[in-house]
Amino acid sequence: MKLLEIKNLRKSFDDLEVLKDISMDVNEGQVVSILGPSGSGKSTLLRCMSMLEKVDGGTMVYCGKTAVDDAKYLPKKELKEIKSYFSLVFQNFNLFPHYTVMKNICDAPIHVMKRNKEEVMHDAEVLLEKMGLAERADYYPHQLSGGQQQRVAIARALNMKPRMLFFDEPTSALDPELTAEILKVLKELAEEKMTMVIVTHEIAFARSISDHVVFMDGGVIVEQGDPADVIDNPSNERTKAFLKKLEQ
Amino acid sequence: MMILAEQMGTLEKLLDVCQKLLSGVGASLEIFFLTLLFALPLGMLIAFGRMSKFKPLSLLVKLYISVVRGTPLMLQLLVVFFGPFYLFGVRTTPEYRFYAVIIGFSLNYAAYFAEIYRAGIQAVPKGQHEACEILGYSKTQKFFKVVFPQMMKNILPAITNEVITLVKDTSLAFAIAYTEMFTVAKQVAASQSTIMPLFVAGFFYYVFNFVVAFVMEFIEKKMNYFK
Repeated sequence: MKLLEIKNLRKSFDDLEVLKDISMDVNEGQVVSILGPSGSGKSTLLRCMSMLEKVDGGTMVYCGKTAVDDAKYLPKKELKEIKSYFSLVFQNFNLFPHYTVMKNICDAPIHVMKRNKEEVMHDAEVLLEKMGLAERADYYPHQLSGGQQQRVAIARALNMKPRMLFFDEPTSALDPELTAEILKVLKELAEEKMTMVIVTHEIAFARSISDHVVFMDGGVIVEQGDPADVIDNPSNERTKAFLKKLEQ
Repeated sequence: MMILAEQMGTLEKLLDVCQKLLSGVGASLEIFFLTLLFALPLGMLIAFGRMSKFKPLSLLVKLYISVVRGTPLMLQLLVVFFGPFYLFGVRTTPEYRFYAVIIGFSLNYAAYFAEIYRAGIQAVPKGQHEACEILGYSKTQKFFKVVFPQMMKNILPAITNEVITLVKDTSLAFAIAYTEMFTVAKQVAASQSTIMPLFVAGFFYYVFNFVVAFVMEFIEKKMNYFK
């Protein structure tokens, strides 16, 4: 089943066209990685999917429901439900600094989704346990390492019970040691068949975890498909050049 | 003996001055607390107006802030006090003198607070707004849960500055002949031909501000649980 269908998406910032005619799908249980040089538009694409940016053209369908039809968005009320189908993990975590880890994870499920408080807290404990942060529930974000903060951010996103999870360069703000912890978490989620879209610079990781790889450059998808094909045997010149540069 | 008597005399005089000034302290405190009571929330409304996407409103509020900050508080007090009569021919009651002081001070300080709030709100990182957006918080939830607490922490030092200035500014109420501590000090100084009461008044302001700074520092420390 397709959880996300994007057709002919376009996005400009003033005169600068950053996304030109982007089409891609995300199937249930799939891990999709979006690769490409900086400035290629991959983060913008993810932000459009997350509805943090408004598209200027194209169609986006979430779990069979059309949220954006030819750049026209559904009314706010109807969008609200669609927005609950996904969650986003940021590069800079964006945890609430004045909330404890527990409150960061539980506040939105309780006050936005209106779920039962005990249930939410229980789920949060399970998630923290899984993230190896069971002892940190009462800490504030500034008392945690970057890797721990990102794991809390992932737990926060998961506790919203989304059907798919988007990651915007989740390890770019972390040093290599901490990057490994996050990649491990992502790997576990992939094994549990969580549907994920990951914008990343970690090519080796993308190759090992992804079911589908999208390579972008200059606002277009230059190549997409099986990770083995795109990463090991790129047919496009720009993909080749980019991967070569990374090897050096 | 003579010297001792003279010293006793000075001490007595000092106590007498203190007692007289204390009668004016109540009025100063009243101005201080009532101004904070009204100006702090009013400043928030003004800040919202200033940040409004509705251009006419934000321009109007900008003009208001510009005028209030660009003219003396003393003059503003005169306008509030005499304005109703000279502009509209309304006869004001004697109690209006006190109201005029509170209105003038509140309108003035609210403008300053508004700009401090605005700075504090704008200092909340964009990522916090985006996290709220992704988590589905409503605008009201976002403001009260996320923006407001972080704004408060951002602005405390600036608010402390403003509050300390307010303590000293209460003396400007003399402009419309409202008697507070400094007015009393000047009266006593004139009648006894000595500037000692002015120094005593200065000491009182200092003690007041010492307490203000202490309290604000305490609040700042309380807010240090997050970064």
